[in-house]
Amino acid sequence: MSSPARWTPHGAGRAPHGRPSPPARRRARGAPYLFLVPAALLFLLFFALPIGYAVWLSFRKVRVSGLGLGAGAREEVWAGLENYTGALSDSELLNGALRVLGYGGIVVPVMLGLALLFALMLDSERVRLAPFTRLAIFLPYAVPGVVAALLWGFLYLPDVSPFFFVLDRLGLPQPDLLDGGPLYLALSNIAVWGGTGFNMIVIYTALRAIPAEVYEAARLDGAGPLQIALRIKIPMVAPSLVLTFFFSIIATLQVFSEPTTLKPLTNSVSTTWSPLMKVYQDAFGNGDIHAAAAQATIIALVTLVLSFGFLRAASRRTKQEAAR
Amino acid sequence: MPYTKHRRLVGTAVAVTLGASALAACGSSSDDDGEARSGPVSLTYWTWTPGMDKVVDLWNKGPGKKEQITVTVKKQASGDTLVTKILTAHKAGKAPDLVQAEYQALPTLVSNDALADIGDAVGDAKSRFAEGVWQQTTLGTDAVYAVPQDIGPMMFYYREDLFKEYGLTVPATWDEFAETARKLKKAAPDKDLTTFSANDSGLFAGLAQQAGARWWTTSGDRWKVGIDDEATKKVAEFWGGLVAEGAVDNQPMYTPAWNKALNTGKQIAWVSAVWAPGTLTTAAPDTKGKWAMAPLPQWTGGESSTGSWGGSSTAVTTDSANKDAAAKFAAWLNTDGEALNALAKESGIYPASTSAQLSGAFTNPPEYFANQPDFYDKAADIAKTTAPSAWGPNVNVAYTTFKDAFGAAAKNKSDFTAALDAMQRDTVADLKKQGFGVAE
Repeated sequence: MSSPARWTPHGAGRAPHGRPSPPARRRARGAPYLFLVPAALLFLLFFALPIGYAVWLSFRKVRVSGLGLGAGAREEVWAGLENYTGALSDSELLNGALRVLGYGGIVVPVMLGLALLFALMLDSERVRLAPFTRLAIFLPYAVPGVVAALLWGFLYLPDVSPFFFVLDRLGLPQPDLLDGGPLYLALSNIAVWGGTGFNMIVIYTALRAIPAEVYEAARLDGAGPLQIALRIKIPMVAPSLVLTFFFSIIATLQVFSEPTTLKPLTNSVSTTWSPLMKVYQDAFGNGDIHAAAAQATIIALVTLVLSFGFLRAASRRTKQEAAR
Repeated sequence: MPYTKHRRLVGTAVAVTLGASALAACGSSSDDDGEARSGPVSLTYWTWTPGMDKVVDLWNKGPGKKEQITVTVKKQASGDTLVTKILTAHKAGKAPDLVQAEYQALPTLVSNDALADIGDAVGDAKSRFAEGVWQQTTLGTDAVYAVPQDIGPMMFYYREDLFKEYGLTVPATWDEFAETARKLKKAAPDKDLTTFSANDSGLFAGLAQQAGARWWTTSGDRWKVGIDDEATKKVAEFWGGLVAEGAVDNQPMYTPAWNKALNTGKQIAWVSAVWAPGTLTTAAPDTKGKWAMAPLPQWTGGESSTGSWGGSSTAVTTDSANKDAAAKFAAWLNTDGEALNALAKESGIYPASTSAQLSGAFTNPPEYFANQPDFYDKAADIAKTTAPSAWGPNVNVAYTTFKDAFGAAAKNKSDFTAALDAMQRDTVADLKKQGFGVAE
């Protein structure tokens, strides 16, 4: 399809004079696609292809015959929707989703609330030691999730935790943090500790981008620092809040390393505590990659629907407000 | 013994099935067998045993050099993780020549056609091992799928000083064990004899094995799952009862809290296996020299039987282009005196080979048990009493359900038999789902 004429220097040389000739215009139109090729290729190879393979796997299954020993006792066959009906009727997957919902119900509001609060405080004029504080709040984000979970896990275990030692000395009750309701708080705490700093930076950066004239105008109108924060700053960083909320939802749905790391420390975290843990368990513990692929596809779809649903709802709201 | 007869029947049944498939496989595999090779051979070996590279160096500089067989060690994660990795590699036809595999993983690997029958090359090695150990590598058939490397006969470990302090005697039966736990609770309410931990399925499997459980057996071309058999029920009820009445703790092992409990004498005994000295050295360094080892308590007084917890073998994969060379190395590694001595020294394993259990490497007790000079003599005697085991093709599923169901039951101090039922149900359901023949 590429005619040699398109690439002749003759055609290119003519372009600057007046209207570009049709081939040159066509070439200009083709240029963006050319630039897209590397990205598209990488996307295809390392994103679309593996996803496609996972989807393909999810429609297949292994069938064993007899005792299943020796060569030829196992064959891969078409399963249709069997893996999907299996996953959707598996109460463990649903229970895992409910557990994660409960966990997310704590993590997302607390983490974003704190991030916003810290960002506003850092942005206020009277703050001292701002760079140090900013770094101190951000630092936990640099600690890998597994390390953070291990660290907190040690602090949660009554027999080795300094907190429990102090509680014991003071004669105060010692809650079991790795069981029942407190377990959700314990897990959420790790996520909040690790994630607040990142979200704070995102919101803080947005705050710094607000032009000083806006504040000046607000002050002239008689607004105090609190009013400025509530009526100027928060509405103006709304897009950042939407973004951080969006990231937080996805991170919550994908929670894996914290419960996996705490699992050996307690009887309360099962191998299928979160949906991703169930996928991992089925694929690598029980060796059923087909069921795991189906579950992964379902989780991906739910994540997609939830996060983009939220984005659309948020943008509709912004448009409505703009129209008003 | 009715057991032997049954086992032989099973063996024949499996042998027939395997014979048929072996015939089918002959055409393809005989071409790439090692015999026709000429020139040097290099093999890859996946193992998690620490210090294995040093042992393999002995081969590469000694017998391997003579035979022009060079082995390269690729260090791996242990246990189930490696099984998954082997199966994935096998799917691509790229599994290494040699792999380390726990005994209970062998049926899973064989059922995926990942392990080669190396009976012709290593058949002579049989006499070096206890029958119960060797039988695990044949799956009761005429084939040999691996050479046993190390074993984990179970034993009872206790704090000698604290037992004396509280006036406790070493329990010879499980009834006495329960009494000991209660007596300790009365004398020192904040202490526990031990804990029932649900985070290592191998412990429970070993205890059931000691009681005579047969979790997977075959009849014809069907698997029979007996996880909820009488023997296992007895074990589950026993521990469930102790947890429910609070006579033993219900928190998992291998946590920082558990280490501390052992190190400070909050828990004063541990049902474990021959490798316990290594674990105790890191978990309870301050109590070195205060522990002693005794045989596992028995279900009936006067009997002597134990289960096994851990242990692994060396297997050759069907993907290997030099199966004979690989089998030669596997046999050398696990039967040669020099190799076994090095394995004991560099890797701290307890050898499956019966002669090695009494070799020079095991005349002195482990450093942690310096107070018990006859540690390894006792261990070798106990190893001889290991009850036979019966593994099936989905041990992983049973183990996962164990962790979740017994973990929840231990936490809630609820009925352990219900957890056992769940384990049986999930294991059978998984076999059926995969299409295995299942006898009800």
